Amino acid sequence: MRGPHDVGGLPDGPIETESHPLTFWEKQIDGLRAAVGAKGLVNTHENRAAVEALGDDAYNTLHYYERWTATLCRQMIQKGLLTQDEIDERVALIRQRLADTGEIESEGAAP
Amino acid sequence: MTDHDHHDHDHHDHEHAHAPPQPDDKVHSYYQILGIALKELLIEKGVVSADEVRRQIEHRDSITPANGSLVVAKAWADPAFRQRLLADGNAAVAELGFHMTTTKLVAVENKPDEHNVVVCTLCSCYPRDLLGLPPSWYKSRAYRARVVREPRAVLAEFGTHIADDVALRVHDSTADMRFLVVPMRPAGTEAMSEAELAALVTRDSMIGVSLPDQPGH
Repeated sequence: MRGPHDVGGLPDGPIETESHPLTFWEKQIDGLRAAVGAKGLVNTHENRAAVEALGDDAYNTLHYYERWTATLCRQMIQKGLLTQDEIDERVALIRQRLADTGEIESEGAAP
Repeated sequence: MTDHDHHDHDHHDHEHAHAPPQPDDKVHSYYQILGIALKELLIEKGVVSADEVRRQIEHRDSITPANGSLVVAKAWADPAFRQRLLADGNAAVAELGFHMTTTKLVAVENKPDEHNVVVCTLCSCYPRDLLGLPPSWYKSRAYRARVVREPRAVLAEFGTHIADDVALRVHDSTADMRFLVVPMRPAGTEAMSEAELAALVTRDSMIGVSLPDQPGH
């Protein structure tokens, strides 16, 4: 059975041939993953396997760097470097911080 | 330091930060906040330092397709280098000071009867050490899905029309193997220096979805 990442040869629509630059947030995630990789904590193959294991729904609805964020989160928990509780706590704290500074937050809920 | 200090980040391109949201830029989505949380926690715990993350971003920003252009231009100008590049990509680009960190580099050469194009159908593998980060379309589902099935139609969407009697080879990258297309040297460039030649070699021509610029354009 094809995983959600295994799209070679499937039909699809037109290609948006103009590239858009990475956003600040995307660059941060790219740099964070690279730094974690440079420490030897996660290698390319683990990353690939983790993205492929996200499942159809997550894979197909998340943007590229959102997928990498979801997998980095799982990997850090699996490797005992972070706990789900402290991550949830920090997410709540950041939400509060954004609300306090009046920055608009979309309704994006936890999956 | 937090991600939201970005207004006074010196390595940050303000134009991008204040541009309208892009397809991959859902402002303050759950995952965006999660990413910020991971970065803060990993730095606080000393798993990585803020400086290491910053250095990685700076390093990524420093690699541009101009590196690949130099490789191609040298291959055009120096037949012996071209042979070495086709035989052992890693060793040849190292001669110019470019190092593939963990992957094998395979250079594939366009010929009058053969055109090459590169994809990563499973994800986004790309010769980042030579060309920088891949363009957004390279990571798109549409490109990954279609280019292996109907490459001529896909290239036509990029404005590149490959004659029917030219073989079209599509190379699917892996976590371990990355491809660099060496386009054909444009006619009328015989008197050009390597630097002048390099200016003709575009990113997309090294992925194979387009051809190099013509001299004088």
